[in-house]
Amino acid sequence: MLPIARYSNLRAIRLLSTTLPRSSSSPLLRLLSTLAVLEQKDGKLNSGSLCAVTAGKKLGGSITGFVAGSNVKVVAEQAAKGNGMEKVVMVDNGAYDKGLAENFAPLLVENIKKGGYTHVIASHSAFGKSLLPRVAALLDVQQISDVMSIQSDDIFVRPIYAGNAILTVQSTDSIKVLTVRTTSFPISEASDSQTASIEEGTDPKAPSPTEWISEDLAISDRPELATAGKVVSGGRGLKSKEEFDKLIPPLADALGAAIGASRAAVDSGFADNSLQVGQTGKNVAPQLYLCAGISGAIQHLAGMKDSKVIAAINKDADAPIFQVADVGLVGDLFKVVPELTEKLKKA
Amino acid sequence: MYSSQTNKCLLIDFWHSVAERESAVRGRLECLPARMSKSLRILVPVKRVIDYAIKPRVNKSQTGIDTAGVKHSLNPFDELSIEEAVRLRERKKTPVSDILAFSAGPAKCADTLRTAMAMGADRAIHVEVPEDQPLEPLGVAKLLKAVAEKEESNLVLVGKQAIDDDSGQTGQMLAGLLGWPQATQASKVEIEGETVTVTKEVDGGVDTVRARLPMIITTDLRLNEPRYASLPNIMKAKKKKIEKKTLEDYGVDGRRRLKTIKVEEPPPRKGGGKVQDVDGMISKLKELGKIWAFDVLPFPSSVSRPDGFLTLNATRSNLE
Repeated sequence: MLPIARYSNLRAIRLLSTTLPRSSSSPLLRLLSTLAVLEQKDGKLNSGSLCAVTAGKKLGGSITGFVAGSNVKVVAEQAAKGNGMEKVVMVDNGAYDKGLAENFAPLLVENIKKGGYTHVIASHSAFGKSLLPRVAALLDVQQISDVMSIQSDDIFVRPIYAGNAILTVQSTDSIKVLTVRTTSFPISEASDSQTASIEEGTDPKAPSPTEWISEDLAISDRPELATAGKVVSGGRGLKSKEEFDKLIPPLADALGAAIGASRAAVDSGFADNSLQVGQTGKNVAPQLYLCAGISGAIQHLAGMKDSKVIAAINKDADAPIFQVADVGLVGDLFKVVPELTEKLKKA
Repeated sequence: MYSSQTNKCLLIDFWHSVAERESAVRGRLECLPARMSKSLRILVPVKRVIDYAIKPRVNKSQTGIDTAGVKHSLNPFDELSIEEAVRLRERKKTPVSDILAFSAGPAKCADTLRTAMAMGADRAIHVEVPEDQPLEPLGVAKLLKAVAEKEESNLVLVGKQAIDDDSGQTGQMLAGLLGWPQATQASKVEIEGETVTVTKEVDGGVDTVRARLPMIITTDLRLNEPRYASLPNIMKAKKKKIEKKTLEDYGVDGRRRLKTIKVEEPPPRKGGGKVQDVDGMISKLKELGKIWAFDVLPFPSSVSRPDGFLTLNATRSNLE
């Protein structure tokens, strides 16, 4: 991996040094400028979207944040503090509140062209997934999805085949448009007190042919699944929604964990869709992933195998989950889970 | 038995009814263009991928995945798209005049298109692209734009992602190129006249949006339960037409923008063995907790929203 990265950097610098005046000390860094697309909602910054800034830092060069929505100044100020951005561009217009790709994409394209960015990065969230491909198409570039690691300014690593293979690609496009995996680019705590300048961006005021009607979000006091430090997950083995609700939330509470579920559990109606962990659900990489009644299909493993510690409870000793679990307990989850919950509470 | 009078009457009745029928037909023809604009012409792009149940193997030269002799099938999300198109026809709310399945890929994509037609697509277009130079999402989107314009499609149902490449870009790119509204990760689609209401799966729950045709919708797993093609339908599908086309026919450049440097197996995870009982599990977790710096004891859970709007104090080390 390293020789390739080195080669690319060398090549890039060599290319640059032939085209640029030699006087600049670090031509590569000078030319790199990243636009990190941040998410906001109801005047609050989605801190998960700051992973785009973390990814930008890996690239080097300057990082500009971008937010749009009504009364977005507060969000811009929040983002500007100590996150390592040079500048935050904001567009104050309520039309962008719901993050609809139809008008948000032209807005971004205008600001990308104006700012002359070489890299555009957003989190691989529902917002980023819906928006960035549209932006990439308008810029005529091939986007790179769900980037796990950045090797150089044009070489990126991403999972394919539900994480069963890892692909390293080199982009030949002039602008690199990336969505990055939140769990691979965790945000660092605001360390420096340096504050970025806030600028107003251009607003093309493109109309949106799509009208936002309503949302239905499951509000809970638990940590958010995608970014939680611990996740307790249940599968088909729980047999019913009643058993799921009886066993999983108390265990999650005892650990202070978020709740997840396998597709089988979601499809059978035991848990809400938004809790699904896997290739087509959420990707999680918590410190601890504790699962009960999940066999470990490849589609499920795709979403959780980067967890630091995996603990599994299953009655089938041959379940594939035990091949990846750091701690495995073969047993009846209806007995084991309540016992575990009790003992964790006492501990 | 019949008088000439009755015969005459019958004859007049007969001609009356013929005239009536004729004028009715003419009337229908006359209002056809108006009806056409309201009827759905659905384009369903489908992709042939390695079957979801098969564990892919990286080839020896680390340039890709071994595909020779491996079972392939229709991308699961595309099955949902076809099913939804067929259900839109069956619901009879807005007439569906055409369901066109489309695929760009090697010769074997014809099998995938047959499956789509056995499920209910009316016809198919196949653009042959060599197996070793597959199109990227941007190339597919450009091709689909040309197809949608030529075939006068007003609804494109795309799977939200292909399970091989996992990019999840084609639908949004196509919407961008056409300038049409998009609804991604749809779990419910309702069409009344030209108004489309879509419930989308988003982080933490669902969003509902509304737009007018023409539109792009990408399908999520929750949208429906695809049917199995019945034997008679499989037989019927053999008579349906697959039109062969080339990239040149649509004036699309299939040049790739991304160069594969390498493909490798992910680092294997070793299972850490099993414990005998709950106490064993707790003590092992405590031991691992020391290494990975998590506390098995509960921490005060911060109040958060499910969509990621929380104050995060993550100081996790990067895995790279």
